Amino acid sequence: MEEQTEHKYLPNYLEYRGKYKGLAGWLTTTDHKRIGLLYFYSMMVFFLAGVVMGILMKLELISPGEQIMGAQVYNGLFTLHGLTMIFLFVIPGVAAVYGNFFLPILIGAKDVSFPRLNLMSWYLYIIGAIVVLTSQFMGDGPPDTGWTFYAPYSLKTQTNVVAAVTGAFILGFSSILTGLNFIVTMHRLRAPGMGWLRMPLFAWALYGTGWIQLLATPIVGITFLMVIAERLLGIGFFDPAIGGDPILYQHLFWIYSHPAVYIMILPAMGAITEIIPTFARKTIFGYTAIVISSMAIAFVGYFVWGHHMFTSGMSSTSRWVFSLLTFLVAIPSAIKVFNWTATLYKGSINIKTPFLWAICFIFVFMIGGFSGLVLGSLATDIHVHDTAFVVAHFHYIVFGGTGFAFFAALHYWYPKMFAKVYNPKIANLGLFIFFVGFNLLYFPMFYLGMIGMPRRYYDYLPMFHNANILSTIGSWIMATGLLIVIINLVRARRGTGKEVNDPWDGKTLEWTIASPPIVENFEEIPVVDHGPYEY
Amino acid sequence: MYSGASNFVSATDTAFVVVIGISVIFLVGITLTMLWFVYRYNKKRNPVATQIHGSNTLEVVWTVIPTILVLVMFFYGWAGYSPMRNAPENAMKIRANARMWSWLFEYENGIKTDTLYVPLDKAVALDLISLDVIHSLYIPAFRVKEDMVPGKTNKMWFIAQKAGNYELFCTEYCGLSHSYMFTEVKVLPQPEFDVWYARMADTTLQKEAAKIPGVRGRQIVQTNGCLACHSADGSKLIGPTFKGIYGHTVVVNTDGREREIVVDDEYITRSIYEPDSDVVKGYTKGMMISYKQQLNDADIAEIIEYLKTLK
Ligand code: HEC
Ligand code: HEM
Ligand SMILES: [Cu+2]
Ligand SMILES: [Cu+2]
Repeated sequence: MEEQTEHKYLPNYLEYRGKYKGLAGWLTTTDHKRIGLLYFYSMMVFFLAGVVMGILMKLELISPGEQIMGAQVYNGLFTLHGLTMIFLFVIPGVAAVYGNFFLPILIGAKDVSFPRLNLMSWYLYIIGAIVVLTSQFMGDGPPDTGWTFYAPYSLKTQTNVVAAVTGAFILGFSSILTGLNFIVTMHRLRAPGMGWLRMPLFAWALYGTGWIQLLATPIVGITFLMVIAERLLGIGFFDPAIGGDPILYQHLFWIYSHPAVYIMILPAMGAITEIIPTFARKTIFGYTAIVISSMAIAFVGYFVWGHHMFTSGMSSTSRWVFSLLTFLVAIPSAIKVFNWTATLYKGSINIKTPFLWAICFIFVFMIGGFSGLVLGSLATDIHVHDTAFVVAHFHYIVFGGTGFAFFAALHYWYPKMFAKVYNPKIANLGLFIFFVGFNLLYFPMFYLGMIGMPRRYYDYLPMFHNANILSTIGSWIMATGLLIVIINLVRARRGTGKEVNDPWDGKTLEWTIASPPIVENFEEIPVVDHGPYEY
Repeated sequence: MYSGASNFVSATDTAFVVVIGISVIFLVGITLTMLWFVYRYNKKRNPVATQIHGSNTLEVVWTVIPTILVLVMFFYGWAGYSPMRNAPENAMKIRANARMWSWLFEYENGIKTDTLYVPLDKAVALDLISLDVIHSLYIPAFRVKEDMVPGKTNKMWFIAQKAGNYELFCTEYCGLSHSYMFTEVKVLPQPEFDVWYARMADTTLQKEAAKIPGVRGRQIVQTNGCLACHSADGSKLIGPTFKGIYGHTVVVNTDGREREIVVDDEYITRSIYEPDSDVVKGYTKGMMISYKQQLNDADIAEIIEYLKTLK
């Protein structure tokens, strides 16, 4: 029979015309790839806005005294910056963009299990974002609590906390539904022959992440509802003046927000785990160890939240127990680093932009992780807790980790997503400048914390001046690098297309299909008979 | 590092050295290994990769060794920290009060200061009290920090081992002037401290001083933290300056209506007891708390005397 071998023309996901055309087509799409891009574009907008806020803050901190804004504006700015970066950028992060785009492809599926729910997650994300942003313009002014909304300050401040908290509450649902969708997809839709231990490690990372999203997010949802109830109805959950307990708030907040750190970082580690073998031209070292470490991180990550509260007045016993557990959760991350490094051994390394991003990722992520050990150890945490040291630490982990991985993944999968090729020289130059700026921006903050500069500081004593100048200069250099990287990618997107189905000679399923992928990814569902990285 | 300013410095700094030392060795080691691999197994030098799926021995090695090392780090952290939890019985007790955005230290003999005075080489135990939101008392040189949580009394203790002045910060974000909420710790050798302690408590001296108009008022304003928000030199802080305020005409907002009012005794009293009833134009309502609990009419009379001196 002729018709089975005959190739009919299948439209790719970018040009496909469904019921609606143009923008409406995008806004009603249930294609996981388009939804991935919806997340991508909206997240880039928020990310860049957050970067501008960060740079303005650094400008304010270039010298003691008032430079460009007053204290109230600054306090509102770091709150909005934190909210934007955490809830609108890194929590959806790598999972919402590349997870949506590539998870079904990597496991040989046509889409996620619940495509409509997937679109709804994006809408919840946008609605949540809008509600968070209205807090800036409505009510009694931008919230000034920091992204942590610590009680009782968040209950006493006159600013519009309710809107911000409501927005975060809605964003939580978006995250829960994405997690649920991914878990079910991996259980139900793996291609024939793709056993659990043949899944690419990015998929495994998303699996661990999905469970955290599903189980941890409801806790912060309830907590935020309690804050709203307390503010609007005066129910005394957290304010001691009306019978509440502020420490309870911190427990509830961190029971979610510590695992949330792993929501941010696990998919990032997963993306790096895809990139390393491809460019080492070599199978991943210790597949099972990486799977186990992902699941161990997801599991142990639930039990360490107390390390954010070593100075809060918890019992002495809980302090040392949380410290011990925190050290244990460091092990699986270390195992990953060792396995990545070992993968390079006797490889045949093809140094390309995504690989360089991945190497830089490992470096900054290690600094973030090691500084985390300083914060997990009791005596040292007492000294640097709530200082600039912590600010440096979490930027190294969240920005250095998730942010670098986000760009590594973007450079890795860009040709697949858009069937376009970017200029590698400019991309590498941008990365280099970005990397230098990043370290100049954040490294001095470790020092500042060690000599005692508290965080969330609008103004500071002259003894902190020098390191702050360096840091501010770093922010300019980093912004320059970022600009080069982004302009390069935008120019490539506008440029002419290329036939690039498998530019890196990758082995996972996404490289076996057309670029850009057709609407349902595969003309025929593949049958898998080997592991993911067989070179 | 190892300045020895308090009894906790050396154990804490040892923990820093252990944790950071091990970390730096690993950071440098792994980074160099990685770079070496990238160089040695470059596509040009090594055109064909050797496929290695893993090694259980190695996985065990690099699980067990880091586990031991982190347990060592845990131990040093814990060892440096656990003495911080147990203040000796005979420690000198001071009540440290925090409120937006100033400090007040109360000593056993009843004196109150906005700067923390402590004797050298003597254990000092602080009761940490917050009157409004969460603050955190941090003395970097001493390596001590503990939150001040409303409704709860946390504890802190230390022995200052070097005379001198040290910064004391609030490290828990507490609103608008969080970054201005700092003061000093003054460590005095015991004899000097005793002199200071006795002088402050000496009521006849106080009475002598109080005869000069405004002196007593200035002390009240200082110890109650008014100067965190009101300057005495004309500059604008969170609240209007005290300079020239008495007898001056201000525009205030009373229940949504603007009106002009001359600053007199009655207005000042009302401003202190019910700050939200007349809100000065250009300033935020709700910033200043009511001082009904802390001050009485006699105190306010002294404050007024003081305000009169600020021409
Ligand atoms: C947290 C900051 C803050 C503190 C602390 C504070 N105030 Fe105020 N105060 C304000 C603000 C803001 C205003 C202006 C708004 C208003 O009238 O309520 C104000 C207004 C006043 C006024 C009226 C000023 C005018 O120009 O009409 C007086 C008098 C006053 N405060 C006295 C005091 C005294 C005395 C103390 C200490 C016992 C004190 N304040 C502590 C913030 C503060
Ligand atoms: C140009 C890039 C950035 C700059 C210049 C920057 C700078 C800053 C500064 C100055 C602060 C305030 C620190 C303090 O109050 O002491 C801050 C806080 C914070 N930043 Fe960034 N940042 C940047 C990017 C990011 C990214 C990418 C993330 C997350 C992925 C992030 C997450 C946060 C968070 C969570 C806070 C804490 C906010 C709070 O205290 O409530 N930042 N940042
Ligand atoms: Cu944590
Ligand atoms: Cu504070």
